[in-house]
Amino acid sequence: MKQILTVANKEFHDGLRNRWLVSITLIFALLSIGLTYFGAAASGAVGVTSLSTTVASLASLAVFLIPLIALLLSYDSFVGEQESGTLLLLLTYPLSKSQLLLGKFLGQGSIIALATFIGFGSSAVLLYFQLGDSQIFTSFSVFILSAILLGLSFTAISYLISLSVSEKSKAAGFALITWFLFALAFDLALLALLVGVEEGISQSFLTQLMMLNPADIFRLVNLAGLDSSDVNGALAVAINASLSQGQLFSALLAWVALPLTVAIFIFRRKKL
Amino acid sequence: MNTPLVSLTNAGKSYQQLDALKSVTLDLSQGEVMGLFGHNGAGKTTMMKLILGVISPSRGSVEVMGMAPDSKEAWHCRSKVGYLPENVSFYEQLTGLEVLTYFAKLKGFNKKQAVDLLEQVGITHAMKRQVKTYSKGMRQRLGLAQAFIGEPKLLLLDEPTVGLDPIATRDFYQTVDQLKSNGSSVILCSHVLPGVEQHIDRAMILSTGQLLAMGTLKELRQQAALPVAIKPLGLNGSVAADTKLNSFLTSHCPDTLMVPEDEKLAVLKQLLSHDALDDIHVEAANLEQVYQHFLSLHENKQQSSKQQGAQG
Repeated sequence: MKQILTVANKEFHDGLRNRWLVSITLIFALLSIGLTYFGAAASGAVGVTSLSTTVASLASLAVFLIPLIALLLSYDSFVGEQESGTLLLLLTYPLSKSQLLLGKFLGQGSIIALATFIGFGSSAVLLYFQLGDSQIFTSFSVFILSAILLGLSFTAISYLISLSVSEKSKAAGFALITWFLFALAFDLALLALLVGVEEGISQSFLTQLMMLNPADIFRLVNLAGLDSSDVNGALAVAINASLSQGQLFSALLAWVALPLTVAIFIFRRKKL
Repeated sequence: MNTPLVSLTNAGKSYQQLDALKSVTLDLSQGEVMGLFGHNGAGKTTMMKLILGVISPSRGSVEVMGMAPDSKEAWHCRSKVGYLPENVSFYEQLTGLEVLTYFAKLKGFNKKQAVDLLEQVGITHAMKRQVKTYSKGMRQRLGLAQAFIGEPKLLLLDEPTVGLDPIATRDFYQTVDQLKSNGSSVILCSHVLPGVEQHIDRAMILSTGQLLAMGTLKELRQQAALPVAIKPLGLNGSVAADTKLNSFLTSHCPDTLMVPEDEKLAVLKQLLSHDALDDIHVEAANLEQVYQHFLSLHENKQQSSKQQGAQG
């Protein structure tokens, strides 16, 4: 455990030093405060709109940004150290592969978690001062918690990438493709399936398909509670076949634990 | 002598098509310094990785401090082993002290030891600077400080003197001698040969994964049977006239006598009988020549076996 914390501490400080924490926090805070204030601009008004609209816009923003940031932060975690030779050196230390991996996960995960918490938390506080509705904190805690899990899930996925390739530039390429697949292509494919196959797809089957993408689970968590008027497309269909929040959160958790386990497995078999 | 600290028994490592290390048997006792020599790709690094337990042997067995280094039981022994990799660039954005503190903590030590080690390798003045501003020599010193964490019982150093200036090299060898007298064993891996001779007890020569020769420098010299170079000064042609001496002259170095080890004294006596002799240089074959000898022997053998294969 001490070893894990030593690694985590180093990774966390790297995140501070590289200004990752500050930049991510700022991006989240600016965008969420902006959306909170100007969310109603489309309808011609400036000011705080309804809670559900705000959360819906924040969720559709976060679903693109968080995976991208998590992948950027961690894609070179292992391949980078492999290229510089420190990975080999670390493995001659009294430090097991899983300790190293979990330490890195803890450190980089904390950066993502803290940035999400502060960045989006700030707009929750702002909203509370504007609306004075304590409902805000319940909605936002669900939103922030699922956003953190989404970030952690993509951190674990980027470890998979980082451990499977032998060059940093390849890892960057794969990270970009992964982001594109999960954040964009998957939904388009679902939509195509929904439109293309008439009467072929049941709601529950569609929902099950969505469990294959952590980004979609995140959307479901945050949009299920809202009026379906704010939501359209494949999501609206899925929401009707609603799963409970508990089930959705466990699915997200599985998307953290599963890639992490597979990453440890790959790491153990990796040749150095 | 007590049980060997490192012992390899017919140990070898193969990757898909490549035999990185064929079969090596070796015992390294406590307080012994061994030089491991070979070209790039000779299997030096593979052997080090086997001893470090980073990879497992494909055949044979490896034991370090009585345990297989890749096993779980050997875990606590790892803090007693120091390693300097061949090409390592430490975390560029961290300062030297931060890098060393990180590694020290992973071995169960603290910042104070890190500061002491940086002083020992002589980069205290730069410890608050980022590693990316370090020169090659300073990086190498940082790497050495890292390998020295926790006064290791076994040190594996891959090209330790690359990039070090002569003074730093001398300091480094002093540290090796000091560690040796404290009972640590050292495996030095190098293809830079001058200067290393007086600090190693045994040498091991590898080529393409094969063990070519192993032994003390004296033993290797005997095996190689390389001549001693004797260079008399002031004789001006009377050597060529001396029938006892002129047979040792070779065409490519007309002033130097190449004498087999066992005839050295006889030749020296004969030279001293010449009154005109001003000075005399006697040079035994150095490690580099011994190394070259074994390598060319190996290459000749390979070529002839290839030719035989072609004929058959």
